[in-house]
Amino acid sequence: MASSIHSGPGFDFSNEIRNNFMAEKGLPLPKATSTGTTIVGCLFKDGIVLGADTRATEGPIVADKNCEKIHYITESIRCCGAGTAADTEFTTALISSNMELHALSTGRKPRVVTAMTMLKQMLFRYQGHIGAALVLGGVDATGPHLFTIHPHGSTDKLPYVTMGSGSLAAMAVFESAWRPDMDRESALTLVKSAISAGIFNDLGSGSNVDACIITASSTEMLRNVEMPNERVQKERDYKFRRGTTAWAKESVRDLVVSETVQWVGGEAMDTT
Amino acid sequence: MPSIEQPQQRQFNPYSENGGTILAIAGADFSVIAGDTRQSEGYSIQTRYAPKVFRLTDRAVLAVNGFAADGNMFVKKVRQRLEWYRHAHAKDMPLRAIARLIQTMLYARRFFPFYVYNILGGIEEDGTGAVYSFDPVGSYEREACRAAGAAQSLVQPFLDNQIYFKNQLPAPGTSHPAHLPLSTVLSLVIDSFTSATERHIEVGDGLEIYIVFSKGSTSLQGLASVRGLQEVTTTDDGERVFVIRRELKKD
Repeated sequence: MASSIHSGPGFDFSNEIRNNFMAEKGLPLPKATSTGTTIVGCLFKDGIVLGADTRATEGPIVADKNCEKIHYITESIRCCGAGTAADTEFTTALISSNMELHALSTGRKPRVVTAMTMLKQMLFRYQGHIGAALVLGGVDATGPHLFTIHPHGSTDKLPYVTMGSGSLAAMAVFESAWRPDMDRESALTLVKSAISAGIFNDLGSGSNVDACIITASSTEMLRNVEMPNERVQKERDYKFRRGTTAWAKESVRDLVVSETVQWVGGEAMDTT
Repeated sequence: MPSIEQPQQRQFNPYSENGGTILAIAGADFSVIAGDTRQSEGYSIQTRYAPKVFRLTDRAVLAVNGFAADGNMFVKKVRQRLEWYRHAHAKDMPLRAIARLIQTMLYARRFFPFYVYNILGGIEEDGTGAVYSFDPVGSYEREACRAAGAAQSLVQPFLDNQIYFKNQLPAPGTSHPAHLPLSTVLSLVIDSFTSATERHIEVGDGLEIYIVFSKGSTSLQGLASVRGLQEVTTTDDGERVFVIRRELKKD
C-alpha cells in the first residue's frame, strides 16, 4: 500500500507513454506559455546590469502584459529567463533554493559560477526538454560575472549578452554602443535601449522595461524603469444595464442560518 | 555521396502570412471599412505602414488581409477590371456587381488561390450601407459587420455583442436599434483596434478607417469633431469617401 502512494523526487514521467500515444492519434499536448522575450545583461565598471521586457505570449496572443522575467537567485545574483515561462520560473526557484542551502552549509556568500554550474548541470541532465534560456549575472568575492545558459546546458561568459526572440535586435544595440568600463548611468541607458529595440522590433517582446543593477555593495531591482507602451483611453465604456443577461430560472437560497440554542439540563458553566 | 536511384523531393511554398486585421461595419446610409497598417512575417515587422484598405470607386472600398503580395496583386486586378467597366459603360460599377466580380475572380483561382480574406464595404444603388465578406476562394455574403485576419477571433465576438447585441436583452419595453449612428460605429472600430493591438502581437502601428457616405447622407455631420480626417472623393456623383488615420501602439 505504502509503495503505491510513494512518489519519488523530481519530475513525474508516468504519463509520458500515454501522452505520446495521444499526440500520435492527433491530440497534441497543450501549448505552454512562452516568454517570447528580449533579455540582456551587460558588464560595467562596478558590476552588472540585467534587463528584460515584460511581455509573455501564447503563440500570437499576449498572455501577460507586465510579467517579471528577472528572477532572484541570491541577494547579489539574479537571472533573466526566456523560453517556457514555467521552466524559467521553476528552474531559477530551485537553483535559488539550493544556493541558499549551499551558502548556509559553506558559511560563505555563494559565487555566480556555482549558480551557473548548477543550472547547466540541471539543464543538460534534461537534454533540452526544460526550455529555459537564461542570462545569469551577479557579483561575488571574485568580481562581477555574466553568463548565458542555453536550454541544452551550454554556457558562455561574455561582457555583454542577449537572449530570447529579441536577442538580435538587442545585440545590434550592444554591438554598436557597448564600451569597456562604462559608468553605471550609461550602462543602464544602454540596457534600456537594447530592451527597447527588442520591444519595438520583435513581435515576441513588448510592454515595459525591467532592469537590475548589481554591484559589490548593493542590488537595485528597477521594476518598470521605462513604460513606453501605456494603455490608451477607450472611446466608450462598456457597462451593461442590470438585467442584460437572460436567465432560464431563478432560485434564491437563504444563506443566513438562524439557530436557537436549547439548554439541556445541568448547571450553567462557571464563567466568572 | 547519395546514390543516383535515391528518390528526391523538393518543395517550394509560395505563400506566407503577413498578420494584421481588417474590419467593416455597415450603417443605414454609410459604411465604415478599417484596417491596421502593420505588415509582419513571423516575429519580424516588415513595415509599419502597408495599407490593407483601398478605395476602389467613390462607393466601394476593399480591405484585403492574409498574404500581402496576393492582396496587393488582387486589388490591382480588381481595379483594372473596374477601369475596363468604366471605359465600356461610362459609369462606376455598382457595389453588388463588384462583389460578384470579386467572387468570380477568386473562384477562377480555385486550385491556386489568392491567399486573402476580402471585405468589401460601400454604398448600394439604393443608398444603403453594405458590407460583403469573402473567403479566399470566393464564397461571399452580405452582412452588417465582419472582422477578418489575425485578430478576427478577438474582434468578431465583440462586434457580435455590440452591433448585433448578441447575448444582450433589451430594456423592458424597448428594442435594439437595427443600425447604429456613425459616432458609435467609429468608437467601436477604434476600440476594436486598440484592444486587438494590446492582446495580439501582429496588430498595431497604424490604423486607417475609410468611411463611405451615400448621396446626401445626414451622417456626415457626425464627422465634424473627428481629428485626422481627410476626404478622398474623386467624382461629384454624390457618394463621398473619407479616411481617418490614427496611430496604434508600436510594440
